[in-house]
Amino acid sequence: MAALLTSNRVLIAFLLGLAMLPLFAAQFTVTIVNYIGLYALVALGLVLLTGIGGLTSFGQAAFVGLGAYATAYLTTRHGMSPWGTLIVGMVITTAVSLALGFITLRLSGHFLPLGTIAWGISLYFIFGNVQALGGHGGIDGIPPVDLFGLELGSSRAFFYVIWITLLAAIITTQNMLDSREGRAMRCLRAMTMTEAMGINTLRYRMVLFMIAAQFACVSGWLYAHLQRFVNPTPFSLGQGIEYLFMAVLGGASAVWGAVFGATAVSFLKEWLQDWLPKLLGATGNFEMVVFGLLTIVVLHRARDGLWPILLRVFAIVAPQRQQMREVEPALPLPRRDAPAPGSEVLRVIEVTKRFGGLVANNKMNLTVRAGEVMALIGPNGAGKSTLFNCISGVNPATEGEIRFMGKRIDQLGSREIAKLGMSRSFQHVRLNQDMTVLENAAIGAHLRGRKNFVQSAWRLDREEERRLLWEAAHQLQRCGLGEHLFDTCGSLPLGKQRIVEIARALCSDPTLLLLDEPAAGLRHLEKRALAELLAKLRGEGMAILLVEHDMDFVMGLADRVLVMEFGEYLAEGLPQEIQTNPKVLEAYLGGVDE
Amino acid sequence: MDAAVALLLAQDGITNGAIYALLSLALVLVFAVTRVIYIPQGEFVAYGALSMAAVNAGFLPPTMWLVVTLGIAVAIVDSVAAIREGAKARLPMVIFKNAVLPILAVIVVRQLPLKDLAYVLQVLIALAFVVPLGPQVYRLAFQPVAEASVLLLLIVAVAVHFVMVGMGLYFFGAEGARIPPFTDGGVTLGPAYVQYQTIWIVGIAALLIAGLALFFEHSIYGKALRATAINRTGARLMGISADLAGKLCFTLSALVGAFSGILIAPITTIYYDTGFLVGLKGFVGAIIGGLVSYPLAAAGAVLVGLLESYSSFYASAYKEVIVFTLIIPVLLYQSLTTKHIDDEEDH
Repeated sequence: MAALLTSNRVLIAFLLGLAMLPLFAAQFTVTIVNYIGLYALVALGLVLLTGIGGLTSFGQAAFVGLGAYATAYLTTRHGMSPWGTLIVGMVITTAVSLALGFITLRLSGHFLPLGTIAWGISLYFIFGNVQALGGHGGIDGIPPVDLFGLELGSSRAFFYVIWITLLAAIITTQNMLDSREGRAMRCLRAMTMTEAMGINTLRYRMVLFMIAAQFACVSGWLYAHLQRFVNPTPFSLGQGIEYLFMAVLGGASAVWGAVFGATAVSFLKEWLQDWLPKLLGATGNFEMVVFGLLTIVVLHRARDGLWPILLRVFAIVAPQRQQMREVEPALPLPRRDAPAPGSEVLRVIEVTKRFGGLVANNKMNLTVRAGEVMALIGPNGAGKSTLFNCISGVNPATEGEIRFMGKRIDQLGSREIAKLGMSRSFQHVRLNQDMTVLENAAIGAHLRGRKNFVQSAWRLDREEERRLLWEAAHQLQRCGLGEHLFDTCGSLPLGKQRIVEIARALCSDPTLLLLDEPAAGLRHLEKRALAELLAKLRGEGMAILLVEHDMDFVMGLADRVLVMEFGEYLAEGLPQEIQTNPKVLEAYLGGVDE
Repeated sequence: MDAAVALLLAQDGITNGAIYALLSLALVLVFAVTRVIYIPQGEFVAYGALSMAAVNAGFLPPTMWLVVTLGIAVAIVDSVAAIREGAKARLPMVIFKNAVLPILAVIVVRQLPLKDLAYVLQVLIALAFVVPLGPQVYRLAFQPVAEASVLLLLIVAVAVHFVMVGMGLYFFGAEGARIPPFTDGGVTLGPAYVQYQTIWIVGIAALLIAGLALFFEHSIYGKALRATAINRTGARLMGISADLAGKLCFTLSALVGAFSGILIAPITTIYYDTGFLVGLKGFVGAIIGGLVSYPLAAAGAVLVGLLESYSSFYASAYKEVIVFTLIIPVLLYQSLTTKHIDDEEDH
């Protein structure tokens, strides 16, 4: 029996059942499933915002209200067609979400939710007090939607409109997440890394918030034409919080979590509203106590919500055969012009970095040329990673000048520097542990693609996507990770994760590669393979600056070595000179007793 | 508007502003120490006011069984933790403090002639059955996820708000309540007639704020809280328990919230869900202080009170809209002047 239950078949059975539902089900069931569809659309937006973007909004009900009131007002008072009002609603939603995003998204992550609380409350009071919008009484007499001359007046007919919209939203969302811009969105929480890969995190946070608002607006438009009447009640802040509970309970990390959450909350609410007043002997919204408690328990015990648990149970009941996956070959991506071998790529001049009173780097100088490996060594706390952060713009220098390819970069952000052809790895691995190795590496190739999220939602990006993934697979294979392409990064040992970081950096086709302790955690053979790879990259003309503690590795590979101690320059020279330099020996081994 | 009305509105605004200032200080404290954006702060205002109304009318504090239930839950959770750590010697104290003490308190309070007690004693009884909810909520809802992101803590906070509002309806009913003022009457100060209760509110708020300042400057617990706010890991390495700091500031914020409710209830009718909007106005004050500065938060809260008061005169239907729109220019200013964005992955 188990073999009959594949996830595709379950999905098809679900869709068939859904399609037949209005033909057979009782009116009550059709109504509740209609509402589930409307709720799930809003929750889907919150999945994007919360689960993917690491942000959240309590004001989604207000966007639903915006969509509903826009069509209610314009169709009844100005006789506009519902299709026209949909566009008007979406335009207003875009403007509001961009404005709110502009104000709050530059600040810490919690200012967006606080801003949306204020927005949710304000809009609710406006709906209730503006006489043109019917005040607390609302607006009735909203016309039904007319599709190619077919009037969708009954809730059974409208069922199809709601669910086709929802399914289209789910499919386009899944498409979008499985693309260049989608990968960037999935990495937004690791902001330092994402920016260092040249990705504008602010833009993607804005986009996610805007999409979530649009889904809510469309849900409101559907609601108004299903109900044919609107009043302020369903657009309150409380409802906005309930939408968030749906997303969190269902599972904010998966698009189907939204559908599951909306379904579970809707049925539970019906049931609780029947039983709780009898149980407590009083009337009121006591189901909110249950939803609140459930949310707390879920966030304590299963942060990804109930949907992943359901999937795990399904996997036990019906084990799925692992699908064989391959990366399709594609044309290589265009490469940037390489500098002439031996020409200067990076020059650091008198760079000082202070943290308050602490001088972490004091008047550091160094140069790196095309086709050479420069090693930066020194005891722990010497300021090597700090200097890396200054060079790559992750944490800019306090004073001094840094030139990359002849251009001054010490005042630029890490994103701008990445665009110029510098790429880096991090001392503490910064990968998305839930994405595959291939997807993580492809983040590095972000700047080499152009297609945007709208194109990817409609799969107009496939040619470019193949080329990006082919590049990522190619770089991973070079780094010896060809057999791990489809493993999640979290399943790899730490040493291999560092290599994924190198492959990710290589995907950007860099002129200069900054590697922060690439050999840490590697076994002997893996270190040798890494040294061979870096030597090969040097042979191709790449400039490499690396921080490393493994002296065998450094001395066997580096062309020149610079030693730092206490944030200052100690010595510089060929590997053999450094090995015999008395100052260096003292720094590493302590003073020699005479 | 003539001068008399303007003065009246100013008096009203400063009174409410004093309450918002107290709440905004508590919010900044909780956020700085635990990173929790404490949405349920306002519920303590309603719980405090409505419990006082109940006790004043001679009823038992409605939340007493909640305090007992949560106390038993905390005792269980803490006992399990103590057994796991092999610190069984702690068990009797854990059980006594969390479970037995609230039950004893219930037994005592049932013997008292509540209606005939002195006003001050009634206040203390009301507080005794609301304030413990603060640390209990911290222990049960927040401590298990104390290391999680600000976002997750915020969602938990909203969930706690939902639970507390729902329970508030059950405990106190949908009817609003008022309590008698601390002192009846008022006094004519120059051109204005000022109610004694207004003087009480502003005076006590000022005293509480000064008290909090002294607490943070001079007491060892206050210094521990400040240290935790500046650097959690560093404070822990110095032997300051993050759990203790969390419990302490949730206790303080519950006390401030509940007492604010008792202060304001003689001049405004409080309903079970009034607290939310009151708390949010405290938030607007706190946001004006960037969620970090105590003096700016307090000043912002007074500004909120004045704005609310004057807008209720000019456009009463839109007063909430006007108050909440105040955060837009504030956020815009902060947004245009900040360069650094918190990067949670590094914590």
